[in-house]
Amino acid sequence: MLNYVLRRVAIAIPTILLLVVISFVLMYAAPGGPFNSERPLPAQVMANIEARYGLDQPYWKQMATYIWNVVVHFDFGPSFQYRDRTVNDVIAQGFPVTLTYGFWSFIVALVVGVALGAAAAIRHNSWLDYLAVGISIGAQVLPNFVMAPILVLIFTLWLGWLPGGGWQGGQIEYIILPVIALSTSYMASIARITRSSMLEVLNAGFIRTARAKGLPTRRIIWTHAMKPTMLPVLSYLGPAFVGMITGSVIIDVFFSTGGIGQFFVNSAFNRDYSVIMGITILVGVLTVTFNLVVDLLYAWIDPKIRY
Amino acid sequence: MALLDIEDLRVTFTTGDGEVNAVNGVSFSVEEGETLAIVGESGSGKSQTAFAAMGLLARNGRATGQIRYDGRNLLDLKQKELNRVRSEEIGMIFQDPMTSLNPYMRISDQMAEVLTLHKGMTKRDAVAEAVKMLDAVKIPDAKNRITMFPHEFSGGMRQRIMIAMALLCQPRLLIADEPTTALDVTVQAQIMELMAEIRQEFGTAIILITHDLGIVADTCERTLVMYGGQIMETGPTDQLFERPTHPYTLGLLRAVPRIDRDDETLSTIAGEPPDMSRLPKGCPFTPRCAWAHGPCPTVRPELLPAEGYPMLRRACHAPVEEVK
Repeated sequence: MLNYVLRRVAIAIPTILLLVVISFVLMYAAPGGPFNSERPLPAQVMANIEARYGLDQPYWKQMATYIWNVVVHFDFGPSFQYRDRTVNDVIAQGFPVTLTYGFWSFIVALVVGVALGAAAAIRHNSWLDYLAVGISIGAQVLPNFVMAPILVLIFTLWLGWLPGGGWQGGQIEYIILPVIALSTSYMASIARITRSSMLEVLNAGFIRTARAKGLPTRRIIWTHAMKPTMLPVLSYLGPAFVGMITGSVIIDVFFSTGGIGQFFVNSAFNRDYSVIMGITILVGVLTVTFNLVVDLLYAWIDPKIRY
Repeated sequence: MALLDIEDLRVTFTTGDGEVNAVNGVSFSVEEGETLAIVGESGSGKSQTAFAAMGLLARNGRATGQIRYDGRNLLDLKQKELNRVRSEEIGMIFQDPMTSLNPYMRISDQMAEVLTLHKGMTKRDAVAEAVKMLDAVKIPDAKNRITMFPHEFSGGMRQRIMIAMALLCQPRLLIADEPTTALDVTVQAQIMELMAEIRQEFGTAIILITHDLGIVADTCERTLVMYGGQIMETGPTDQLFERPTHPYTLGLLRAVPRIDRDDETLSTIAGEPPDMSRLPKGCPFTPRCAWAHGPCPTVRPELLPAEGYPMLRRACHAPVEEVK
């Protein structure tokens, strides 16, 4: 087991390096630079600035320096856009926000999704099933950039219950709408996967055995059906979790929550190379990590999987 | 009084293509400690008869008639009462031991839950009891192996575990639905031997559902032959095999390969099994029967004592002496 984890971590390192190289190349392939503006700067000023940020160096050298700083000093460099801040500052400011609403979105999507999907499967072909399927289709076809304004329209403008944006240090009323907007489509997917997975499990021979043993339905569902039901859900949860805790650009922009999504978009517009790289690496590391976590959970659920 | 008394059992499935009548008015009984074989080809309704008794029909299935156990009609029981009958009164084992044990749970957990639930035992006592039962079905080193998962056992071992699990509460009736079909021939014999021992030791009545006439001949006192969801013939196994009085039973027995005869070809029953959603009004075997005549397609024959063989009961219009 430990062996397996170490091997996976060892594979993760070149994966992330490759990610860094590709992002770097793509960034520089795009025209323009962080200090280009509508009114061109005097050549000498431009040269000074580029020297200050090391942009006068050849690309490979910039990349090498960057990787060296990240790996050895854990320093993602200065932001090109926010002159007085480093990328570490930007992430330290934005990531906790994203992590907060992302985490709650994950919990909501998982609990509601599994409950809805399981209820639909247990009452297959009943009104509850049709309702659950209806809800999950509805939720799936409503992307978050449609959900968000609808939520604000209802809960902020009409009912006046919740604020339509802002963060205020993460007070509960500021979290609710972003969480609903972000979690809805994930919840719908989880419900759909759970439903079809559980329908299959409930038809399995070992469920019939459990019924023949005279176990109450509740116990059959929880101790016999839940684990195998969760297997396909789990493989969806890994990437979904990363997607949620790295947040959605839409959520940050629409609700002005100030998460890293917002910084990510701004940095892309402004060619803020170091911020783009920093956030890309963060997402990359999280993705690799949670894929590993999912694989370990697989082994925990399915005794036939041993690493 | 019989242990289990089934009267006019009908099982109907509602499907997209209409109603499928899997079991059509089946009546029989099982005595305390008796071994009864229900024989028939796939789709003859033999398994659905057993599933109906245990309340295990698929969601689209419906059973009517009477299944009396200890004076109560099992079809009328509430879910909670039925759950007490299951395992405590009637145990059941299934065709494929590869899929009928939960692959995600340890054997100890799967067995112990039966006892903690039905007998109110503590987990520790329940596991100890489960180990004893595994010893009884000859699982070597049961004490240590009980914490393993199903995939760590062979098919035969898994079927032994299923049997042990079904017997934990010492039910008076064990229903075995094709318990050896998925197993190697040598393992089949071991499992049948085990079932015979269990009957001796615990006095459990057994309903053995199978299409393997070979194992029926060796182990069951009474045999019931089903076709098209109806009983074709029933009686003591030795007499039934010695002198089948029903064309279908005759066909079945002729289709068994015999090593002591020098036949060039194996006899088969011509034709196809019936479409259960479009059964003929009369005898379901009519289209494949060499003795079919006047009333066969339209009048359903009653299950009556065979003329000259009072121990056998048959549902056939053809005279006994002609069927051979």
